[in-house]
Amino acid sequence: MLALHRNTFKHGVHPPEHKEETNQLPIRQFSFPPLLMIPLSQHIGNPSKLVVREGQEVTRGQLLAESDGYLSVALHAPETGKIRKIANMPAINGKMVQGIYLEAAPSSTQEVLEGTPIDLESATSEEILKGIQNAGIVGLGGAAFPTHAKLNIPDCKHCEVLIINGIECEPYLTTDHRVMLEQSDDIFLGIRYLLKSTGAKDCVIGIEANKQDAADYLSKSIPSDLPVKVQVVPVKYPQGAEKMLITALTGKEVPSGGLPIDVNAVVVNVATTAEIGRLLPHGRGIQERVITITGPGIKKKGNYLIPIGTPLRYVLDQVGVEGKISEVYMGGPMMGVAVSNLDISITKGTSGIVVFTENQITRSEKVYPCIKCGACVDACPLSLNPSKLGILAKFEAYDQMAEEHHLMDCFECGSCSYVCPSHIPLVQYFRVSKSIVRKRKAS
Amino acid sequence: MSGQTLNISTSPHLTKGLGTDTIMFHVVLAMMPATCFAVYSFGINAALVVITAVLSCVLTEHILCRLSGKPSTINDWSAVITGVLLGLVLPPIFPLWMTFLGGVIAIGMGKFMFGGLGYNVFNPALVGRAVLQAAFPVAITTWYTAFQSDRFLSISSSLLAFPFMEPKVDTMSGATPLSAFKFDGVSADSMDLALGYISGSTGETSALFILLGGLYLVIRNFMNWRIPVSILGTVFALSGTLYLINPEAYPSPMFMLFSGGLMLGAVFMATDMVASPITSLGVVIYGFVIGLLVVVIRIWGGLPEGVMYAILLGNAISPHIDRLVQNRVYGTAKKKVSE
Repeated sequence: MLALHRNTFKHGVHPPEHKEETNQLPIRQFSFPPLLMIPLSQHIGNPSKLVVREGQEVTRGQLLAESDGYLSVALHAPETGKIRKIANMPAINGKMVQGIYLEAAPSSTQEVLEGTPIDLESATSEEILKGIQNAGIVGLGGAAFPTHAKLNIPDCKHCEVLIINGIECEPYLTTDHRVMLEQSDDIFLGIRYLLKSTGAKDCVIGIEANKQDAADYLSKSIPSDLPVKVQVVPVKYPQGAEKMLITALTGKEVPSGGLPIDVNAVVVNVATTAEIGRLLPHGRGIQERVITITGPGIKKKGNYLIPIGTPLRYVLDQVGVEGKISEVYMGGPMMGVAVSNLDISITKGTSGIVVFTENQITRSEKVYPCIKCGACVDACPLSLNPSKLGILAKFEAYDQMAEEHHLMDCFECGSCSYVCPSHIPLVQYFRVSKSIVRKRKAS
Repeated sequence: MSGQTLNISTSPHLTKGLGTDTIMFHVVLAMMPATCFAVYSFGINAALVVITAVLSCVLTEHILCRLSGKPSTINDWSAVITGVLLGLVLPPIFPLWMTFLGGVIAIGMGKFMFGGLGYNVFNPALVGRAVLQAAFPVAITTWYTAFQSDRFLSISSSLLAFPFMEPKVDTMSGATPLSAFKFDGVSADSMDLALGYISGSTGETSALFILLGGLYLVIRNFMNWRIPVSILGTVFALSGTLYLINPEAYPSPMFMLFSGGLMLGAVFMATDMVASPITSLGVVIYGFVIGLLVVVIRIWGGLPEGVMYAILLGNAISPHIDRLVQNRVYGTAKKKVSE
């Protein structure tokens, strides 16, 4: 089985990549805004619990909020300054969430407050996980799932292979590409921590063929004592999805409804890995992240290291926008969220900002009936039948969708909607159907 | 930048940019070589039949949409496809009023009654032809010899038969290769068959030009190539086996492939996306069933040609194939029956 698989997964699509616009641009430090807006909920799970109060002066790196329960992480001050207020602020999903308004202190030093370092040699697996949680580390690929929770392996399971996800299959985005080219030391140190905490004996870094330079560079830089190999896979969306990547690299399929650990694998994003390697030895927390700012509307495209909490409006002012903005996506254009309000801020999960100005998006909005052309069936990486699911959604047959057609497996990669010639908003149908099924199950 | 409105949408924010109307338009385009050859070989009569069929289909669709208070859907090109196909499967001197009636039936009964584009169970053009065949058995088997010298100058009297009147039997008619074989045991030359130097329905005679159109659609990824390959492969294999057993009694597989409406049916009729299964395995089964029925009807049935009924039956079982044959979902056990 291992020898026979095709180095990729079944189906998938090839949207235009648009990566060449930023993939040669080195990561640059972004300027600090006068006011940071730091939401307490930047990850999946409970919002972080405040440990500071209004009016308090904080130093860069200081703990602002601690993890509230297991599925939650800590939050640190991205900049030295004073907490102006703690109040509700708009979040990307349109809701108001609690957060900290942090006023940057003028002429602050570059001093960074550090916590308890996690020593690679002496730390136990539990201590490493605790360290990751205390550093506020979440999946930087966009999902923002607390990394320590993902690394926690149940007693009955064991991890054989650690997979580092350097696929970055979303069009436009080049953050992981730059991280791999510029932060190899952090990545390999992060891998040491991850190997120790998971107990995995092997590590594979999966990279798509459009980042051959990164693959060559990392292959050359592998420390001789590390069991790491770099595997280049053909370019195809959504190869960066956990399940698809596992299949591409190992040929195994994660069981429906299961987790990577069910096939003895753990997948961690490459930028997350670099963050672990950079932060844990000093006991620091995440203060900033690399974000690709691109799209036809942006004047100064690039990969920037931006403090968490930087307002989107400030970011766009700095890089400059040509013309009137019509659409802004946080994340890539396939799975990212369209922003309705520029008064939101950069969070840990923000991997890219893609901006289109008026008349740059030509979207044919006319929806035709499903002609059963089967394009979606040939696109779905999970081999679902989006055509059938779409018809059932129209009839509100949600239970049938879940029970007979594996609706709940759909991870909304968007491949079906992307190829549909009738422009049926399939992913939107499935999103609504899934939430209805979840509600019905809960009640 | 302040106070401005942003467009929001749900992901994915990209589309491939291909529209259903575009696909339909290219299908029409792909049928043009065969249509042009039909006009070239059968002359002005064939052109009139195709044009009448298209006009009838488009007009019917437009009127029915308006009558039911919906916006007209004629600009998605699907009614044009039905019209061209209907024209191509009728004899070149088929009375125009009957052709027109066929278009009304194809769109009204074959498509609109089921709910319009995307909901038709059967290929609408074949529904139209099936009704015409039942209603006008003589007219629909009255053929016209190809390449007559005056084909661009004179219009056949049969074509202009007065509405609700049967035309006089045309003296210039020539038997199709299939009926010649069926009733007289005469087999035609396969080169003539492939190129279209034979009589038959308007657009079915030139296998070459039909295949050319099909090839274009396959290259542009607008057609599932498995359907024609499966149908033609099945017909070839089954008739080839029979021919090997007894070459005297059974037609050669090449004759079977290139005669009658098989090529046109396999390439342009059975591939109707709406009326065919959606999975790769499903369409292969579908193609096999159609191929089997073609051979059975042609060789043992009472009619010389069985492509139309074979495809209609294939259409009928296609929803059932879809229900029984689904792709194995990622991460599920190898054997999964989806009911």
